[in-house]
Parts: sequence; C-alpha cells; structure tokens
Amino acid sequence: MSTRKLTGSANNPQIRRRYRAEKRFKAYCIGAVSIAFAIIIAFFTDIISQGYTAFWQYQVQVTIDYNDRAERLGQFALDRDMREVASRGATRSIPRAIDRNPDLLGTTEERWVPVKAEIDQYLKHGRDILEAKHEEVAAAPELPDKLRKKVDALIDEGRIESAFNTRFFTTGDSKLPELAGIFSAAVGTLYVLGITLLCAFPIGVMSAIYLEEFAPDNKLTQTIEVNINNLAAVPSIIFGLLGLALFINFFGVPRSSALAGGLTLGLMTLPIIIISTRAALRAVPDPIRQGAFAMGCSRWQVVRDHVLPSSLPGILTGTIIGLAQAMGETAPLIIVGMIAYIPEAPSGVFEAATVLPAQVFTWASEPEQAYVEKTAAGIMVLLAVLLTLNATAVFLRRKFERRW
Amino acid sequence: MQTWKKSSIALAALVSASTASVAQERDQIRIVGSSTVYPFASYVTEEFGATTEYPTPTIESTGSGGGIRLFCEGVGAGTPDITNASRRMKVSEFERCQENGVEKITEAMIGSDGIVLAQNGDNDDLTLSREQILLAVAAKVPQDGELVENPYDNWSDIDSDLPDREIEVLGPPTTSGTRDAFEELAMGAVSEEAGYPGEYTDIRSDGAYVDSGENDNLIVQRIQENEAAIGIFGYSFLEENRGKIKAIAVDGVEPTTSNISSEDYPIARSLWFYIKKAHEGTVAPGIDGYVSLFMDDLMIGPKGLLVEEGLIPLDDESRKKWQEHVADRIELKRSDLE
Repeated sequence: MSTRKLTGSANNPQIRRRYRAEKRFKAYCIGAVSIAFAIIIAFFTDIISQGYTAFWQYQVQVTIDYNDRAERLGQFALDRDMREVASRGATRSIPRAIDRNPDLLGTTEERWVPVKAEIDQYLKHGRDILEAKHEEVAAAPELPDKLRKKVDALIDEGRIESAFNTRFFTTGDSKLPELAGIFSAAVGTLYVLGITLLCAFPIGVMSAIYLEEFAPDNKLTQTIEVNINNLAAVPSIIFGLLGLALFINFFGVPRSSALAGGLTLGLMTLPIIIISTRAALRAVPDPIRQGAFAMGCSRWQVVRDHVLPSSLPGILTGTIIGLAQAMGETAPLIIVGMIAYIPEAPSGVFEAATVLPAQVFTWASEPEQAYVEKTAAGIMVLLAVLLTLNATAVFLRRKFERRW
Repeated sequence: MQTWKKSSIALAALVSASTASVAQERDQIRIVGSSTVYPFASYVTEEFGATTEYPTPTIESTGSGGGIRLFCEGVGAGTPDITNASRRMKVSEFERCQENGVEKITEAMIGSDGIVLAQNGDNDDLTLSREQILLAVAAKVPQDGELVENPYDNWSDIDSDLPDREIEVLGPPTTSGTRDAFEELAMGAVSEEAGYPGEYTDIRSDGAYVDSGENDNLIVQRIQENEAAIGIFGYSFLEENRGKIKAIAVDGVEPTTSNISSEDYPIARSLWFYIKKAHEGTVAPGIDGYVSLFMDDLMIGPKGLLVEEGLIPLDDESRKKWQEHVADRIELKRSDLE
C-alpha cells in the first residue's frame, strides 16, 4: 500500500471518514454505469450474433424451363430434383409470367433463386456443427438424409452459393421465410411518420408559440400547461384507444391504414413537440424581444423574425426526438389494426400498412427457426434508423444552436 | 413573409384533406380472425397475391371472437370481408351480424387442427382419458366435495392402472392458441364430470406442468431425451417425428388424420372462415378468387400445400361437400348453428 503522508485536517478521523464515504459512493456510481453498459453490450451482442446471418442467403442455380405444364403450375418449370431445394416462391409466378409474355413458352433460363428456408438454416447453422463433431447435435437444424446429401453435392458442384440478401430490403413480409423482407414495413413507417409530422408539427409549434408568447399568465393557461405535461406521460396504448374511437369510428378513416396510424401517433407526439418547443422559445433571452419591440415591431413580427429563427434548432431537435419515439411505438398501432400480415408496400395513406416495429413483432411470433434471424435483423435495421435520427438531432443542436 | 403565409395555408389544407375524404371502396381484401387459422390464411393470401393480378389481402390476427365482432359491425369498406375462426360462429354472434345488416354470410370449413399428447418412442403404449389428463395437470382437484391443491406426483396416484411414472407434462405457454384449445377441449369439457363445480381450466404451476415455449420442436426434442415426460403439441409435429416419439391415445382414440378429421379424437377442433356476401363485387375485388383458391384441393386437399403447413384435411366426402357449399355461396342460417 502506498502511504501518502497526510497533513493538517486530512489527518482528522472525521474528515478521513468523509473521504472514504465519498470513495464508496463513487464506486457505487461506477458500478451502476458498468451494469447499464454491460446490459447494452449484452443486448447488442445478442441481437447482432443472432441477426447478422439474415443478411446473407444461400441461393441455388436452377434451369427454368417454360414448358406447357409450367403454364399451369410453376413448380413444373424446375427439374424434379430441384423442386425440393429451390424456394416455391421462385416458381409460383411463372404461370403469370407466361400469361403476360407467351413468347417465353419453350425457352429456358438459368437463374439463381433462394433455397428453401430449412436448407438455408441447415447450411448456416447445422452443417458446420455436424461436420466438426461427426455426430448429431440436438439443437442444430437438420435435414432428411437424402436431401442433405443432395444439398452437400450441390455445394460441391458450386451450384449453391451464399450471397448478400438484397431481397431482405426489397420485399415485404412473406410466409416463406426465405422471401421475407422489410421493404413494405419501411415504406409504411415513412408514410406513418410523414403524417405524424404533418399533423403534430404545425399544431404543436403553434400551440407552443401561443402559450409562450401571446397567452396571458392566468389560471386557464396554467391549467392547459399542467394538462399538456400530463398528456406527455399518458401511456401510449391510451392514445391508441383514442385514435380508434376518434379517427376510425367517428371520422371513418380506414382501419390499418397509414393515415389512422399516423394521426394516432401524431396525438401522442403532440405534447412532446409542444413541451420541447416551449423550452426552446424560453431559451431565447428577453432582451432580444425587448430590442425588437423598441424598434416598433409588432408581437407577430418579433416572433416571426427574431424568436422563431433563433429557437428553430431546439424545435427541430425536439421534433426529431418525438418522431423517433413515435417510430418505435407499437402499442397504439395494435389498436388501430396495423399489426397485421401486410406483405405489400402501401401506395397511399388510405391503404393498409405496417411499420418496422410491428414487422419485428410479427416475425417474433412466427414458429419457424428462420424467422429468429429475421427478427434480429429487423431489430438491427430499426436501431440503425433510430440512431441516425437521434444523431441528426444532436448534429442540428450542435451546429445551429446559439448560446446567449 | 409570403412564404410563411403560403406554407401555413398549405399545411392546414393538407391536414384537413387528410381527414376529410375517405375512399369508399378498397382495392384490397381485408381479413380478420383466429390466430390458429392465421398461418394457413396468410399462406393462401400470399399465394393469391403472387399468382393473380389482385393485391395481396391483409390479415389481422384478432382471435376468433374479436374477428367475428369486427366482421359483424356492418357492411362497407370499413369492415372486413372475411373472418377466420377456430370454432363455429355462435348464435348470439350470428344475431348481432343480422342486427347490423350483415345478413348474407357463407360459412366455409377448411379442415381441423388436432392437439396431440406424445411420449418417448421407447415407452409402452399408453391410453389416457381426458379426466386423467385433467387431474394430472389441474392446479386444484376435487376431493370430498372441495377443491384442494393438486396432490398427484405420479400417474399411478391418479389411477392404479396407469404406470408408476412421475407426472411431467411439457406443454405450450398461455400465449399459445394450442394451450387455449387444450384447456377448453381436454380440461373444461370434462371438468364437471370429474367432480369440479363448473368449467375448470387452471393449470398447475408446481413444476409438474412445464411451459415449454412456443417452439413445438423443442418439446419433441425433450421427450426424445426424457422417458418420463409427456409433450403437448400440434399434430403436424407428430407426423414429422414418427418413430422417435409415440402418440398417446386419448379416451381410447389414436390421433390419426382420419380420427381427427372425423372428430372421433376428442382434442380436435374444426377451422372455419366466413364470407360477407354483400362485399363481393362491390367493396373489394377478387374475393371469389381468394375463396376458391383457399377451397381448392391444391390448398386443403389431402396433399395440399396447407397440409404441409400442419392443417388436418377434411375427409374426401366432406371436403367435396364444403367445396360445393362454398362455390354455391349457400347462406348461413340460424338453424345451422343451433
């Protein structure tokens, strides 16, 4: 032990006790931080280790033969051998393709198509384990012996390969795990957030301006203020019930539509925007206003030309954080019917849509092994978008905020 | 200055426009209902979307009761076109439909869903009655006219004819539809005969019944390793693992495809969907195409795609009957449900 010579009052036992107490307290705090950090690290490692495999997918090279039997059932376009290897999703649209373009009949085509999900899972998680241990491992995905030999042979021939899974980003949900992707959920999220922004931003900012700049300070405005603060703490599911009663049952907005979801989330985001806008307006020092008044500006001119421009970074930051919160929300969307099987991207706000967290929820309840990695990959995408949004908020604040 | 004015007017216009006019017709079929039928129905919708020019219908899994409630709310684009159910519509629900103007409904039966009890393949054959199953897994059992904490540790405690084996049942958790059906058909249906005052469906939580997650494969693996355990899962998993595991006959009936589809096997239920006739050709296009694809042998036939997904097909005769019934759009009558 290093002995530091203590002088003066530091030798006083009472003071030394206080130093010890301080050190203990500091150690507790460090402990708390490490626990929080360890949880986050564990969460990220778990999600990433489960999900990264979803970004790759095994494909098989097949010959598609546009014969007259395939005109009725797409499966017949493949060799009998390949039918149990290639995803059914690759062939089922063949009859329609022939219908649209009859010239295809009689031609053949080489194409890489995804393999069935069970084979994909076996290749990703089962094959290496089986080879390394030369024994059956209970938890590893298995294939029937005949199919396994066929798949192994195809790999040796180079006709099954792993490739980046672009399909994950370009297709919507599917009951065939090898075809499922997040595209339609991402489009749905864009629509929903667009509507949330359109309805919450103007109403929120204008309410805040009125309350902060125009309203007299009396009992009424104080009541409104307290209620807005309370509203920000109301559980989101209650906004869902409100949205159902108001927008769907009363205004007749179609259930499951992006409009219903966006308006509901708009209600939820409104108090957050009002509160952060008021904070941003309050941060503008009074001398700015007084100076403008002294020049003969009206209150409207003061707000428009001086207060708003200098508080805009704060307002935008608050809005982005409110939107990020809305984006991760699922509870109110269950009530308005957006947690559903919606494989196609919506092309308008009245059409049925789903959102990213809802897609994660749907996949998490699927029984097939292959959806486990889809779920984790969906979470990774969602987290990436949220981090980007929050980073934008931080950037705006750093870049444009004025300190007085 | 002008820009402020313009942009605020534009915003106000957008907000009001978004709430004002709502389209009366949909171009997408909307389906709601049972979470048990959901995997089959979503399979069909996807196939329908991929093979026709119509957009893929949307399916919301609301549970049978919730689905019928939405379905019976009325006629129009705001209400669903089809609802799935893992039980038949109740008379009260049918009346609610009628009151709200949903008068013409066609009923379709697509197949059944069996819940299987199975054990390790090396064990001797076993037959359990539903009462024995109930007494083994219930939280409380009736004794001398009172309900007491379940005292049974071994199967032979319940009935001396049963093997002297520890009671260890691996089954689905409360979130599962399989669990609901098990509680209703294996427990609730016989609880009064077993001496309970009414319907009793509480499952014991002292370790004899083990919640084993939604993954039925896991239960299959555990009973392969554990000779004492009995697993509860969907019929399709039994089919895939024959040889490794052995089904337990319930009330003397083996769970086979034919016993389940004829409803001789007691822990089985039929799966249904209901079509709102008033919506066909008016509210959403393609309902007929979707319904005929669903009822096609390609889907619900004995070698159909849904059978691969775990559906128990109807026997040939009743399948033909239901296919014709649906093709003719025979109206559902109150007397059918009574």
